[in-house]
Amino acid sequence: MSSRFVRVAETGRKTFDLIVDGVPTQAAEGDTLMVALLTTHDTLRDSEFGDGRRAGFCLMGACQDCWVWTAEGERLRACTTPAVPGMSIVTRAALVGEGVWPRPRM
Amino acid sequence: MAAPPDVKAMKVVVVGAGPAGVRAAQALVEAGLRPVVIDEGRKDGGQIYRRQPDGFSRSYETLYGTEAARAAALHRDFQAMRASIDYRPDTLVWNIGPKAVHVVSGTRYEEIAFDALIVCGGATDRLMPVPGWHFAGTFSLGGAQVALKSQGCAIGARTVMMGTGPLLYLVAAQYVKAGATVSAVLDTSTFAQCLRALPQLLAIPSTLRKGMALMRVLKKAGVPVHRGVTPVEIDGSPEHGVSGVRVKLADARTLEVPCDAVALGYHLRSETQLADLAGCDFDFDDATQTWLPRIDEDGRSSIAGVYLAGDGVRVRGADAAERAGRLAALAALSDAGIQREGAARLRAELGRFTRFAAGLRRAFPWPARFAAALPDETIVCRCEAITAGELRRVVREMGATEANRAKAFSRVGMGRCQGRFCAQAGAEVIAAEAHVPLEAVGRLRGQAPVKPLPMAIAPACHAERTVEHAGQCTQEFSE
Repeated sequence: MSSRFVRVAETGRKTFDLIVDGVPTQAAEGDTLMVALLTTHDTLRDSEFGDGRRAGFCLMGACQDCWVWTAEGERLRACTTPAVPGMSIVTRAALVGEGVWPRPRM
Repeated sequence: MAAPPDVKAMKVVVVGAGPAGVRAAQALVEAGLRPVVIDEGRKDGGQIYRRQPDGFSRSYETLYGTEAARAAALHRDFQAMRASIDYRPDTLVWNIGPKAVHVVSGTRYEEIAFDALIVCGGATDRLMPVPGWHFAGTFSLGGAQVALKSQGCAIGARTVMMGTGPLLYLVAAQYVKAGATVSAVLDTSTFAQCLRALPQLLAIPSTLRKGMALMRVLKKAGVPVHRGVTPVEIDGSPEHGVSGVRVKLADARTLEVPCDAVALGYHLRSETQLADLAGCDFDFDDATQTWLPRIDEDGRSSIAGVYLAGDGVRVRGADAAERAGRLAALAALSDAGIQREGAARLRAELGRFTRFAAGLRRAFPWPARFAAALPDETIVCRCEAITAGELRRVVREMGATEANRAKAFSRVGMGRCQGRFCAQAGAEVIAAEAHVPLEAVGRLRGQAPVKPLPMAIAPACHAERTVEHAGQCTQEFSE
């Protein structure tokens, strides 16, 4: 799967795994979730309005175009959420189970 | 004579920890106060002097270039007063009531009372839509900079920078220096416009020289720079996003640049929602063609006790923001009967930055004319994929020539970005369709919460109270 973002600095960091749409994916310590997703995938979510895939826009918490879901149904803003080991992220609306949204954050 | 004011009892809330917010807080601390500093970021610095995460190792010179010393000074001064302020990182002000701000951090809600409020909310990119800008891989120019500065990433393997403004050249040069590939810089402004702005830009020769140095970096790296372009389309596919950019060059030829990412922006716009929620009066500003909160020379808004500073009220850059932040704090102190030195010098210095900022607007003008020319199928509202054609329809068929009415009918501006990235271009589309001046379209009213909140709000949120919630938690509160 092609990536969008390209790492050009700080490449010596330790890496860890998180799960993206059921597939183990490598991230680096200090990555935002958005960077972890877009250095391994070219998009990170479906537009709810039928115009295709999205990859975020502003990277500063203003546009809300990088919302993704955890497998548990929690909504995360990928650009301001640190990636942490063991996260399981769903980027495809079709993979979000019926009734998963919205659910309380634990 | 009134009794000497009880300085320490004065409750001041500073919103923002960028250049303006930090300098405002510092002036308050120097006067013996302990301000609350509310920061949406995890660390101080704001967007321009944003700090990299723990464990990253790039130097200040690498991160901030010619501004390294300023960034280091701001970070150092913030650290030095850290114990003298009530710092609230990772905290959003989502509403402002009379003499109190409503904040949320994670799922914890709180109301913080103030005697004086200094809002230093910063700016975001000013955007003009272009067909295809909804494809994955189009980012704001500011976002492209955040990716590099804060995360050590380029937004693509081959990036096109498009739009206009100082950030266009700054981000392009930063990408080049970091070893990223910039496939082209496509500026909608012309070299002649830059030349005409020179007298004003000479108000701050050192900054002008830095700008020219950026151009040299791009030239030396062989990055194609085209001026006077008209964006035609960002090509791509709904599944895999951006594959290229097409523009019309100044000589009317069409240029196609293959790429996998586009950084787009037309200078900056002030984040004014909090000033709006605080009840501040706004005026239409001819120079920027935007509605801005009314302030006096020192940053006093029309509401007693509410002060506005930095790019969040007038886009004049980080150096000006440091001064405006301090000046606003001095105004707040003065209004409370605490006189401090230094305001006159700050006002004089700000005058130069105001002239320089006017020069930048002249050199890199907002291309209002593009809005009228957008094809009907162009998405204006990225949040909900609403097209220019739909917005024009509600103007034409429903007589919605006022911004809030057009929003109600079309939903442009009603999505989760709350109009940040569509309202200004949307207003231009409305004005062009209705054949009225932009000012007559008005402005979208600020709505609380200014960003979607992670949960339903209890009827009253009291200080220090964490609202327990069950069931519906991720409900949106966009209007």
